[in-house]
Amino acid sequence: MQAIVDLLKKDLKLELRQQYSLYGLLLYIASTLFLLFMTLDAPEATVWNGLFWITQLFICINAVAKGFLQESKGRMLYYYSIASPTQFILAKLIYNGILISFLSGVSLLFYLLLMGNPLDKLNAFIFISIVGGISLSLVFGFLSAIAARAQQNAAIIAILGFPIIIPQIVLLVRISSAAFSPLLYISVPTVLLLVAMDALVVLLSVILFPYLWKD
Amino acid sequence: MKKNWWKILSVVLLAYTFIAGLLGPVPRLPLLQETIRNLYFHVCMWFGMMILFTISMVNAIRYLRTFDLSFDRASRQYAGTGILFGLLGYATGAIWASFTWADPNKPLLNSFSTIARDPKLIGAAVALLVYFAYLVLRDSVTDLDKRARISAVYNIFAYAILFPAIWILPRILPSLHPGNDGNPALDVKNDISASMRLVFYPAIIGWTLLGVWITTLKIRLKTVQEKKRTA
Repeated sequence: MQAIVDLLKKDLKLELRQQYSLYGLLLYIASTLFLLFMTLDAPEATVWNGLFWITQLFICINAVAKGFLQESKGRMLYYYSIASPTQFILAKLIYNGILISFLSGVSLLFYLLLMGNPLDKLNAFIFISIVGGISLSLVFGFLSAIAARAQQNAAIIAILGFPIIIPQIVLLVRISSAAFSPLLYISVPTVLLLVAMDALVVLLSVILFPYLWKD
Repeated sequence: MKKNWWKILSVVLLAYTFIAGLLGPVPRLPLLQETIRNLYFHVCMWFGMMILFTISMVNAIRYLRTFDLSFDRASRQYAGTGILFGLLGYATGAIWASFTWADPNKPLLNSFSTIARDPKLIGAAVALLVYFAYLVLRDSVTDLDKRARISAVYNIFAYAILFPAIWILPRILPSLHPGNDGNPALDVKNDISASMRLVFYPAIIGWTLLGVWITTLKIRLKTVQEKKRTA
């Protein structure tokens, strides 16, 4: 447990020290949203919802991809000597979750500013966007570990991840579509289904990561 | 001979499938009519695909337990044959849908985007995309052991996410496809008449055995090729 906290602290410190990558991500969100702002004016609710999740997907790939890709071979060897693979992957997944929750908030803010506000239940949507962001980050977090081991760039994460993420995206779009209408309620069983899938992803990561880690 | 009984069984069952499937009695249903015979071919392709992908995943697990490259070879080849079955499933399904689901008043291709929204087609498309990605990932790594390990990990991960998803998606999306209301395949007992089940079950076994047979031949060919390269 202590090792997880230490690894988490290390990642947070690194993020604050190398601020360019965080600013890079914020700029990525801002310029993507500005691009959408220039190409569409005030899209209707279904388009807004669909675009929001696709944007989240791309933000997530960019944010999470560097999680493993930035680690050099020597540094990985160092982690290997101080922590178990389970601790390492859990720390990475938690860190990615925190980062994505923050970025989801920023991206939602830009959406509300630039693309209009068709939302009926804002608080519910904030909650879903954070839960959804974390679900995406878990899947892509593990895939970025695979991509890093294969010595590939972020493009392979998209190739590996898009087919796998379809069920989660479908669930998320369906849950969040209720936030646009005053007549519909957020479906709690579907949210639980999403959480169950997240638990599955975490479990698989913990089981499978040791095989990626050994050389 | 003792080892090859299942190959003979496969040929016998498939001969039976073709003869009884094309000549046997089928219920006359509105819209479906004679196209219902496609059940023996189209549905069996999906069953075959699922079974072959499952064998591929099991071989990936066995590879990670033993680090024996022959399991990796088997995993790769079963995935390949699974993809072939999936593509054939799409082809037979497209023929079937063009007679039953497509809007006869429009050009055939205009109905495509409506039909492709069906949750079962989405599930199948996801499965195929995942295994295509598996092939891309394999080819992107040159080191043999590393390739085997990374692709085995992806294989297990993708399978474990994919299959719950195939069971979940049909339950939350509307569908035209038989076996609706939460069933990912179809309700064999109620949707298929007794005389058709007599052909349907042997057909599934026959096609799956054929898939396994094709794969074992491919594995043997690959093993020989690799031996030749290293010798």
